[in-house]
Amino acid sequence: MADLVYFDWNASAPLDPTVREAMLPWLGERFGNASSVHEYGRRTRAAIETARERVAAAVGALPGEVIFTSGGSEANNLFVKGVAASRKPGGIAVSAVEHPSVLEPARQLGRQGWQSFEIGVTGAGMIDEAAWREALARQPVIVSVMSANNETGVVQNVAALAAEARAAGACFHSDAVQAFGRLPWDFHALGLTAATLSAHKIGGPPGAGALLLDKRLEPVPLIAGGGQERGLRAGTENVAALVGFGFAAEQAVARREAEARRLAALRDKCEAQLAAAGATVFAHGVERLPNTIYFAFAGIDGGALVDRLDRAGFACGSGSACSSARPGTSHVLRAMGVEAGLARGAVRVSMGRETRAGEIETFVAALARSVLELKNLAAVSV
Amino acid sequence: MLKLPIYLDYSATTPVDPRVTQAMIPWLTERFGNPASRSHAFGWEAEAAVEEARENVAALVGAEPREIIWTSGATESDNLAIKGAAHFYRDKGRHVVTVKTEHKAVLDTVRELEREGYAATYLDVRENGLVDLDVLRAALRPDTSVVSVMLVNNEIGVIQPIKEIGAICREKGIVFHVDAAQATGKVAIDLKNLPVDLMSFSAHKTYGPKGIGALYVRRKPRARLEAQVHGGGHERGLRSGTLPTHQIVGMGEAFRLAREEMADELPRIRALRDRLLAGISGIEATYVNGDLEHRVAHNLNVSFAYVEGESLMMAIKDIAVSSGSACTSASLEPSYVLRALGREDELAHSSIRFTLGRFTTAEETDYAVELLKAKVAKLRDLSPLWEMVQAGIDPATVQWSAR
Amino acid sequence: MTYSNEVLDHYENPRNAGSFGQDEEGVATGMVGAPACGDVMKLQIKVGKDGVIEDARFKTYGCGSAIASSSLVTEWVKGKTLDEALSIKNSQIAEELALPPVKIHCSVLAEDAIRAAVADYRKKHGEQ
Repeated sequence: MADLVYFDWNASAPLDPTVREAMLPWLGERFGNASSVHEYGRRTRAAIETARERVAAAVGALPGEVIFTSGGSEANNLFVKGVAASRKPGGIAVSAVEHPSVLEPARQLGRQGWQSFEIGVTGAGMIDEAAWREALARQPVIVSVMSANNETGVVQNVAALAAEARAAGACFHSDAVQAFGRLPWDFHALGLTAATLSAHKIGGPPGAGALLLDKRLEPVPLIAGGGQERGLRAGTENVAALVGFGFAAEQAVARREAEARRLAALRDKCEAQLAAAGATVFAHGVERLPNTIYFAFAGIDGGALVDRLDRAGFACGSGSACSSARPGTSHVLRAMGVEAGLARGAVRVSMGRETRAGEIETFVAALARSVLELKNLAAVSV
Repeated sequence: MLKLPIYLDYSATTPVDPRVTQAMIPWLTERFGNPASRSHAFGWEAEAAVEEARENVAALVGAEPREIIWTSGATESDNLAIKGAAHFYRDKGRHVVTVKTEHKAVLDTVRELEREGYAATYLDVRENGLVDLDVLRAALRPDTSVVSVMLVNNEIGVIQPIKEIGAICREKGIVFHVDAAQATGKVAIDLKNLPVDLMSFSAHKTYGPKGIGALYVRRKPRARLEAQVHGGGHERGLRSGTLPTHQIVGMGEAFRLAREEMADELPRIRALRDRLLAGISGIEATYVNGDLEHRVAHNLNVSFAYVEGESLMMAIKDIAVSSGSACTSASLEPSYVLRALGREDELAHSSIRFTLGRFTTAEETDYAVELLKAKVAKLRDLSPLWEMVQAGIDPATVQWSAR
Repeated sequence: MTYSNEVLDHYENPRNAGSFGQDEEGVATGMVGAPACGDVMKLQIKVGKDGVIEDARFKTYGCGSAIASSSLVTEWVKGKTLDEALSIKNSQIAEELALPPVKIHCSVLAEDAIRAAVADYRKKHGEQ
């Protein structure tokens, strides 16, 4: 796999080698159940609490506001379902471009006596002003808008949305799985009630995530039994992954600014070349993650193009990793009103700390060749 | 040289077998793809590794790979199984049956269902910790939808008659869930010949990593569940979330090793456990909790009468064991498992769980015996109850003023 | 559970552990707690003709903090009159041993043991 360039950092980022070194003792000589009172247990407990402090410090939260989970999907589910189960049925409003782990629980609540509302977005993927007003007018109990979108990279103005939603009496949650480590992101400064983080998008291991949560909220746990995480998430703690999460969070913050500047320059250069080659770059012109390029060539199937690119040595994504197993076009592009034919062509390039300028150059050249080949094939088959 | 403290708490968690760690490392280095990424080779190789691990997990328990769903651990598996089945079959009935000695992951989940309006029956066990089949049969109602009974108890190690319980459930069309977190690699499990619909597994109790577990979901006859974590549609829609490839590979390797080595490992561990038991039996007024025959080879749970549990734990801090007493909490509640066995509170308070494992040596168990002899004697010297017993007074006959 | 150095010291080296003979002159016994609650303390005092506690012994079934509390109390009551001994408060014991909140009940039990022993002495000697 050494000759394959990895352009799918939004699906999963490679584990950072220093994070791995921090984790390995916990997969070897250090072990213990954090609930045990003996030395093995106490050592494990201490490592978990250090990790919690690191994560909290990295995101401007208090350690007591960090509920560790098995990942972002679980944290999103815990927030939506857990908070809903602790309240009388009311309104829930989530953006139409949320990750399925927010959208599906919200839709499920809609079948259980809640009024579920999906907030539409503009053609550029930003929350639509009128739709937002309509959402708030319904006086929702729960509002969730992601900080940055996994497919388009579009960054929402979460601070303003949170202030308005909370003024209207709602709990405001933001899925920050893609934003954290790539944007300046601070739980308290943004004024959030709750937020979701994931370790493996920031150079940590898969299998760890967190729900940041205002301590006044008492969601019903999704996973009961054992009392871990203040009774909000039972199960023996995954200490190795949590230690890795703590290190990764610290590093992501330390490196963020320089990395964001470097990747944004690569992105802008790449997008200019893509546009010149006739591609449509989605959500162009609004603030986006510095590492994400989402585009399509009219008349070229995204899956076929990604397949060609893979053979040419570039591992790209077509839409989000989670939903790519399903047929149909991206729900995000649909919500943006992108015409289905063009949406079928969607390809996502997401970069990270190992991405080099030279790789972008060779990528653009390979892409041009692949597009040409596919056009010729299409011409022949017609 | 003995390394202190000696680890005799394998039922709390096991060390990761070094061979398992080695199998995991490539997936923590160059092989970092998301198994759900269908568009490139990084994703494909991760998916292949996940499927191989699924085969290894299935093989240990006589299941088919597609009957295995990955979760974050046995606690999540228990939640998914019990809530998932109870929710799916809510129209059939809203009564759930479990046992008082189950793990909290099961008990708290059933309590959660009670809050949702379900009815629940918590079965008593016999003095030896085993479920009485007649008591179970009597508890079943026309609206019973789920029964959950663990295979191996985490505190006392007794093995429940799940084959017989499953047969009763099957006869009545009730979904049967078994928490087998403590059982894999400790007792043979063959789901082809067991009338079990759902079974929970954990990696970190069987020399695998923490943060990964599995749920067996029978296909024929098919057990149906409602998912508890939605979004993304991983694991046939039953459990969403990015799969942690390295942990899954670790669980697969741990279960593969268990299958290959169980036959040799268990007699060795049993011999050590029996050596420990023989040594401890030399101490006066000690009682083994739970049936010794229907019991896993690595567990010994003993009450030391007239010695308080937490002070005993403090005295034997050179061995890492579990106390049956949750004294660190303000409630001072003795183990609910031992209470369910009908043990008097003071014996429940002074119980110690020894659980041995793959890396336990005879030198270690011998050290434990000597330490226990010395420390129990010291604490009994300090104990007014022991003084009474020596003077021929049974403390149980004394009128104690309750505070 | 982490223990303070004071608790560990009393636990490792209990002061005045043991019992006096039942018939010894001036001996009174206080037994408090219950096995079912996880704590039983037996405190014995030996009171001189001058009404001063000359010596004390304890036996305790309980956690390390309970053992330490009773061990400490045997040191503190020595040389005190009965009334002075009764003025020992559980908060002083808890402070001296740096007991965490979940272990405060151990100091309460030790205070109760003093009261019980003094009451026993006064009952035996007709003082009321």
